[in-house]
Amino acid sequence: MTQQLSLLPAYLTAHLQLTLLALLCSTAVSLPLGVAITRVAWLGRPALGAAAIIQTIPSLALLAVMVPTLAALQLQSIGFLPAFIGLTLYGVLPILRNTVTGISEVNPAIKEAARAVGMTPGQQLRQVELPLAMPVIVAGLRTATVWTVGVATLSTPVGATSLGNYIFSGLQTRNYAAVLVGCVASASLALLLDGLVRGLEVGIRHRRTRQVVGVVSVMIALYAYTGATLALSLVPSDEHPVRIGAKGFTEQYILASLLGQWITHETGHPSTQMQSLGSMVAFDALAAGDIDVYVDYSGTLWAHVMRRTSIGVSRAEVLSEVSQFLTDEHDIDVVAALGFENAYAVAARATDADRLALTAISDLVPLGSTLSMGGDFEFFSRPEWVAIQDTYGLALAEERTMDAALMYQAVAEGAVDLISAYTTDGRITAYDLRVLDDDRGAIPPYDAVVLVNTAFTLDRPDVAAALRRLDGVITVEAMRRMNLAVDEQGEDPDRVAADFVDQLRREADGS
Amino acid sequence: MIELQRLTKRYDKQVVVNELSLQIAEGELLVLLGGSGSGKTTTLKMINRLIEPSSGSVQLDGQDVRALPPHELRRQIGYTFQQVGLFPHMSVAENIAVTPSLVGWGATDRVRRVNELLDLVELPREIRNRRPDQLSGGQQQRVGVARALAAHPRVMLLDEPFAALDPLTRQHLQESLTRIRRELRLTAVFVTHDMVEALVLGDRIAVMQTGALVQVGTPTTLMHHPADDYVRQLLDTPRREARVVDALLADTEKGGSPR
Repeated sequence: MTQQLSLLPAYLTAHLQLTLLALLCSTAVSLPLGVAITRVAWLGRPALGAAAIIQTIPSLALLAVMVPTLAALQLQSIGFLPAFIGLTLYGVLPILRNTVTGISEVNPAIKEAARAVGMTPGQQLRQVELPLAMPVIVAGLRTATVWTVGVATLSTPVGATSLGNYIFSGLQTRNYAAVLVGCVASASLALLLDGLVRGLEVGIRHRRTRQVVGVVSVMIALYAYTGATLALSLVPSDEHPVRIGAKGFTEQYILASLLGQWITHETGHPSTQMQSLGSMVAFDALAAGDIDVYVDYSGTLWAHVMRRTSIGVSRAEVLSEVSQFLTDEHDIDVVAALGFENAYAVAARATDADRLALTAISDLVPLGSTLSMGGDFEFFSRPEWVAIQDTYGLALAEERTMDAALMYQAVAEGAVDLISAYTTDGRITAYDLRVLDDDRGAIPPYDAVVLVNTAFTLDRPDVAAALRRLDGVITVEAMRRMNLAVDEQGEDPDRVAADFVDQLRREADGS
Repeated sequence: MIELQRLTKRYDKQVVVNELSLQIAEGELLVLLGGSGSGKTTTLKMINRLIEPSSGSVQLDGQDVRALPPHELRRQIGYTFQQVGLFPHMSVAENIAVTPSLVGWGATDRVRRVNELLDLVELPREIRNRRPDQLSGGQQQRVGVARALAAHPRVMLLDEPFAALDPLTRQHLQESLTRIRRELRLTAVFVTHDMVEALVLGDRIAVMQTGALVQVGTPTTLMHHPADDYVRQLLDTPRREARVVDALLADTEKGGSPR
């Protein structure tokens, strides 16, 4: 818990930066647009329609589509910018709708009086319509505030640090203390900001000068802090820390931490992590230079990036073709294969495997119509699953998508019969599961490979050289042990990685 | 002096006010009288350009009202209407002083003027800091009249200002208005559909029907020389109503059961 709390200042600051700036921009867009809609009749339908459509997009998806959109525009596609733009768009509707409603619901007799006493259109707006619409507009602003603080926790997968880092990594590594810290911090922040907006409105309405000054001072202080910290982070330093990406599961957290500690130990360069990136987000981020290093798997690149479906290709062949392809097509270097494979595999309960004499995927074919299978978020839409179905002629009664962290428990408890296990996952033995042979070679090999952007290799040859020394150092047993330590024994990924780096250093010293 | 020349308002094909010409003399109160749909309110609102005419013109002391931007014109014309339209987020004093603020009066002048006007419309000065929703309907309309008079307007326009008030309050306000407009020598146009109100308040009455002027004249002229049956019936309304009441009372006194 203490360790989780030590991350709080950084996560909270990042969360505040995202939320406060996004809210400022939503308001700056929506208020004038809302006023314009009440003046120019034809604007209403398209503007409110567009805002409503944006709102219907699930928030996680809205943030995620920012990544390819910004990449297509040649802008920073990972990190602050996509999250900030997504959040800004998300906050527009409540403020816009309430501005329009608030102004158009002002009593027509009062609007007529405002004209009749000799107010210009601007004076009618400032002195009568906006003050009378204010409670409704503020209600919209408060809705937007609470939503934005909440949705900002979903910025983690697009590479923006937020309180969501606690929640995403906590759920994956079963660290519920981290999840709790993230939720409580985010909820408290939402309540605080909501209270500030409300306090401001009540203060203005009842003309309590001291209250208004107090609330405005707090807001200015928050914005000043946010602006200053953000500006500092944007100042280009001569040498930025090595940016290491991690996808959203335990092994990736351990490896990212391990690479970071190794780089710092070997070269003295500091490093930062961008955690819980979506699988393809990580690749795109590396190609775009938004991160410098991350670990991916040869089979994933083979199937997803190269779109290859051929089966029965050897581990060495896949590795060399992937390396060649990435260098040629994406300016990405494969600097090391860590030594282990983390393959997709079909796993069943050991008791079932014994009872039904299951040893290979072929054995499932006659039983297919009675079996249900659980897979992670990607599995059933991945080319590997298509290849398995085609190669074996396998058809199952049910395919259920679930969080990877919950799959093992699901199969152990009998909620499903099979799962798409990962071969390095320590929970295969912990939950007494058995991996079925891929006897027809439908699943490609999945060497864990360290990918580095070519420009970075040229820029920091010492870092690239240090990473090359990691070639072949992690056995599948070692990886499985580390995963199990985090997933089942509740150890911290950084701690587990540190132990491994210590061990590597001792071996290097000993030899 | 106000002069309307062939004033016309059309919405698409529908003619609401048709070629209306009228003169209102300095210090005169003219009542525009007519039923709903007669075009009397539209005519009134074309004077301060709350509605822009389709054709024709309005002159104020010989100057076309279109010579000024609408907001500057309206700062010189007082306007009160049935719904009053007090600004609910402002105090009584702020409501009254709104036009003086717009034309840039200083704070002390505004305070003095608010006090003067509260006296004039017979409201206690203590209510200056109240909000409109803390006032009775009659008090609200008195504030409405004070607001309309605040910046010394050249002309007052009143659109059925007392129609929503109970009969006794209405009568008090009518008496106040008569006194105020004599004191200030106001030129005013007063729209109503209430025959008694027209007779009590108007120096002259202009009877309108379906957008056209039927007859203009003093109450006496209209009473004795009605231009047509409509005017005759209209002018006879108060006496007809009185006869109905008398007959009813006579019945009751003869021992009929009171209803």
